Amino acid sequence: MTEKNNQQHSNVYSLYPRKLKLQISFVFLIVILFYFYSLNETGSDFLRLLFDFPVIINKLMTMFPPNWDYIPVAIDPLIETVQIAVVATTFSILICIPASLMAANTIVTNKFVYQTTRSILNILRTIPDILLATIFVSLFGIGIIPGILALTIFSLGLLAKLLSETIETIDTRQLDAIRSTGGNIFQVIWYGVVPQVLPQFISYGLYVFELNVRASLVLGFVGAGGIGSIIDTQLNFLKYQNVMAILIVLLVAVILIETVSNMLRRRVV
Amino acid sequence: MAQILPPKPHEKKKRVRNWSIFVILAVIYVWAFKGVYDRSDWSIFNNLGEKFNRVIPKLFNPDWSQTEKVWEYIIETVFIAYAGTLIAAILAVPFGFWAAKNMVKSPIWNTLGKWVLILDRTFPELILAILFVITIGPGPFAGVLTIGLTAFGMLGKLYAEIIESIDMKVVEAMEANGANKMQILFYAIFPQVLPEFLSFALYRFEIDIRASTILGLVGAGGIGTLIVIAAANRNWEQLGLILLGIIVVVSVIDFASTKIRKRLV
Repeated sequence: MTEKNNQQHSNVYSLYPRKLKLQISFVFLIVILFYFYSLNETGSDFLRLLFDFPVIINKLMTMFPPNWDYIPVAIDPLIETVQIAVVATTFSILICIPASLMAANTIVTNKFVYQTTRSILNILRTIPDILLATIFVSLFGIGIIPGILALTIFSLGLLAKLLSETIETIDTRQLDAIRSTGGNIFQVIWYGVVPQVLPQFISYGLYVFELNVRASLVLGFVGAGGIGSIIDTQLNFLKYQNVMAILIVLLVAVILIETVSNMLRRRVV
Repeated sequence: MAQILPPKPHEKKKRVRNWSIFVILAVIYVWAFKGVYDRSDWSIFNNLGEKFNRVIPKLFNPDWSQTEKVWEYIIETVFIAYAGTLIAAILAVPFGFWAAKNMVKSPIWNTLGKWVLILDRTFPELILAILFVITIGPGPFAGVLTIGLTAFGMLGKLYAEIIESIDMKVVEAMEANGANKMQILFYAIFPQVLPEFLSFALYRFEIDIRASTILGLVGAGGIGTLIVIAAANRNWEQLGLILLGIIVVVSVIDFASTKIRKRLV
């Protein structure tokens, strides 16, 4: 009885105007239609997933038990991956400082410099890590140097965007105060900007380091060093138990790094 | 002038802390840079000019006859990202409620939900992609599942934060009027959170387009497949076209998505 009453009420006192409801329904219809279209285009078939469940489990079991003896082989590439990430993060942090200062309208008043730097950084951010790695490997040849360069460029775009947005939100009265007492641009930056953005800067740096550890997994597949290369070879040899062992080592390392980094970030900000 | 300034505070604890941070950082840097230095093959810098001359002009001279093929793969990437993100956006709703403090009474159960989302966020896409390619076979479907399962961790966390910030007075008022759980969900909670949910889902879509470019490395579909082939065949003209195509498509989608998100919130 009460349910019926409620239903009637919801019809009479609708929360939203009719037009808005129609609009929302229309948008949702498009979203859903496009969803089914993309499922169709990508050959996604969830029913097959259900019917083939035993086959899938069987295939998964070919990866188990992981070949634990393979783990010592995976340790050295893993260390290489972390080292690549550390070096690339350092380089991108160093380069991003001038780049983000030039892309912040609180520091640079010249419209042209500001817009140009912004556009370059925006374009840089659209290029995915795999493409950068491929291009650098093709330019320099196989090795970890192209990997480091690719990661540096990749994280530079992101880091500079985060940092420049932070610099744009700082309290500009402090900068004016330093300027009015005759401070030059470097003094303004050192005493006015740095103290205000340093905690966020450290936090972003750690965040980008986490991203770089993940991204350097990709590098190995295109011949730019790191743990991806041994995953690639073991996959090609169909040694799924070895692959599983590498994946487990990798997952443990990633979780470890992210936990430490998260702890540090929470203390900094 | 200098005499009237108070003496600078000397906090011994802080100095010890700063020094230990400095030492730890120095050790990490020496370790990393030395490792990289030893592993690097410096001979690749020999005859660099020749290599550059061979590749760069071709990279900036895209092979337009391949446009159709490249477009096909880029569109596939977009489809993978779209289908995956939508799966994640829907999957993230129950997980978001599970991980929201004000929706779950038992704190242990709530923390468990948060942990599930954290665990999902730490999973690199490529690991899941490998697992899916091995189990259900190569193809874009493996990519869709990968994106769907990796994206919901971040979305779930963001959703939970939105749900935690809603106005609980509306919920209480409806409870006091005798509304059941479903009615509270649809009339008190959803109107408050849906715009933000959609906005974050769109934001995640932008990320997923970039993420689904790497799926092709392990055979899970998308433009990555073509990148690998083009690089293996040293087809730099095609690689140049792919680069151009990705920049254009990603920029357009980012632009549109930012516009829509601004209107939503």
